[in-house]
Amino acid sequence: MTDCAFQLRHVSKRFTKVKETITIFEGLDLDIPAEDYVAIMGPSGSGKTTLLNVLGGIDQVTDGEVLFNGQRVDTLSESQLARWRANNIGFIFQFYNLMPVLTAAQNVELPLLLTSFNTAERRRRVEIALSLVNLSERSGHYPRELSGGQQQRVAIARAIVSDPQVLLCDEPTGDLDRSSADEVLKILKLLNEEHGKTIIVVTHDPEAAAHAKRVLHLNKGVFVDRTVLT
Amino acid sequence: MNQALLVAKNLGRRKLRTGLMLLALLIAFFLYGCLESFDRAFYASQNSAADNRLVSVNKVNFTLPLPISYAAQIGLVPGVSAVSYQSWFGGYYQDPRQFLIMFASDPAGYLAVYPNLQVTPAERTAWLADRTGLLVGRTVATKYHWRVGDHVPISSNIYTRAKGSHAWDFTISGIYSFPTDPAREGQVIMRHDYFDETVTFGRDTINMVMFTTKSAALNEAVIKRIDAQFANSPYETTTDTAAAFNRAFASQLGNIALIIRLVLISAFAAILLIVGNTMVMAVRERTREIGVLKTLGFSGTAIMMQILAESMLLSVTGALLGLAVAGLLISGLKEVIAGFAPGMHLAWQEVVSALGWAVILGLATGGLPAWSGLKLRIATALGRI
Repeated sequence: MTDCAFQLRHVSKRFTKVKETITIFEGLDLDIPAEDYVAIMGPSGSGKTTLLNVLGGIDQVTDGEVLFNGQRVDTLSESQLARWRANNIGFIFQFYNLMPVLTAAQNVELPLLLTSFNTAERRRRVEIALSLVNLSERSGHYPRELSGGQQQRVAIARAIVSDPQVLLCDEPTGDLDRSSADEVLKILKLLNEEHGKTIIVVTHDPEAAAHAKRVLHLNKGVFVDRTVLT
Repeated sequence: MNQALLVAKNLGRRKLRTGLMLLALLIAFFLYGCLESFDRAFYASQNSAADNRLVSVNKVNFTLPLPISYAAQIGLVPGVSAVSYQSWFGGYYQDPRQFLIMFASDPAGYLAVYPNLQVTPAERTAWLADRTGLLVGRTVATKYHWRVGDHVPISSNIYTRAKGSHAWDFTISGIYSFPTDPAREGQVIMRHDYFDETVTFGRDTINMVMFTTKSAALNEAVIKRIDAQFANSPYETTTDTAAAFNRAFASQLGNIALIIRLVLISAFAAILLIVGNTMVMAVRERTREIGVLKTLGFSGTAIMMQILAESMLLSVTGALLGLAVAGLLISGLKEVIAGFAPGMHLAWQEVVSALGWAVILGLATGGLPAWSGLKLRIATALGRI
């Protein structure tokens, strides 16, 4: 293990809805070392997804500090956060969220449009990313022409194509059958073990959690159990 | 792939919807191209008169006559350099529907008052020599395939000849062009002496005296002098510059410019609502995708620019298509249009101003969805709260 990728220090998140304040979590502390593979589990409404949003800079904390590689990210502006996400974070969603009008290769290329790579370099990186998820032969296919498992693998290729340090996965197997889910989980494990990616997975699926190095159980905004699996 | 392709792909995701929006824009800019071209051609012909050219007409109404002797008297007024006169003939060729803008005038005076009328010396001499000679504008000659030397019968829907006939025989002496005032190329000029000798009524009268002054600075004094000279006579005059007379004449047809503006404002307001509403719906459908793009690192500004680029591309494409159709139609109907808006064509001024409006329309229709895209929170877009 190297330095901490993420550190949460006394983080609180509260929403106000129609004069009512809802506390998602209060005074949360968490360290996620680089190259870690963490599964976050918990019942619906426990704050898993909000925690993932906070880690990805999608949502702002109400109190506390969020540090990435020792630098605070909770104080960054929207545009600074966008650049930070583009450089450091890859997202994988439950419902893949691919652009239906773009082919698999074009979907994977999307994050590279924010870089200064030329066309040839972008194409090379797209080919590598697609080969990592065993979808080279499907590069010209549109999402509607791919199965759920294949779409999720394209989403993984899109998440890793700009070589981010961290992958944030929100129920990555939630919409897949068992064999497709296993395939996706194998790829995530490979990315963690062989390519050193820090992976944080929010999941309800115990088998998905079993692939992680450790599992955090969140309930009502509090970590109730921290299990080390490897 | 690049961002431009992404914009094009987004526009192409619902082809029917995009096609209908393009059609709406095409219609609006087709109207714009046609009406603005008409407006320019119509008013250009009203404003192209020389500064020192004036006209005197009957004070009661310009359709009422003046004695032909007025022309000579006006010619003696100090400051007047050339004089001519004309009567409306009400001519048509073969069929009353093929009406002609035709006047009877004195050849020497006419050529002196309109020095920019271009005709060959031989044709000029022929017209001055032939009492039945006809000077035909290039537009009319092209329309009826007339050539110099042709004998053409022309009828009048006002006058009859002594023998009861409505038809006059003419020989085409010359075909003229008028570069400084293309509207005049849609006219036909017969000799007033031929007219005066053959009509059964209205002899020795004219509808208008056209004359030039030695300098536009003299206009005001000359106008006062002439109108004072004929005051309290049975045929009082009103004198004005030719340009002012033309504008007053055009205004009798109604405020064309206002009508055109109202039609265009209505068309563009409807298009703004239709395309704007459709763009809002189109972007709302992509709320989740916008959230994903922002998650990937696209800034709010980048998203806003993409949406604006979509609406601008749509608007400019619709404008170009509409202008192309307008250009083809105007070109195809050139001869039909020549009678009331000679020289009408889709000029670069219309194209540039239409593209300017297209950009404004693109900004207006894309503005609201682009702003929504800029402000959209990722967590909201992904439905994760």
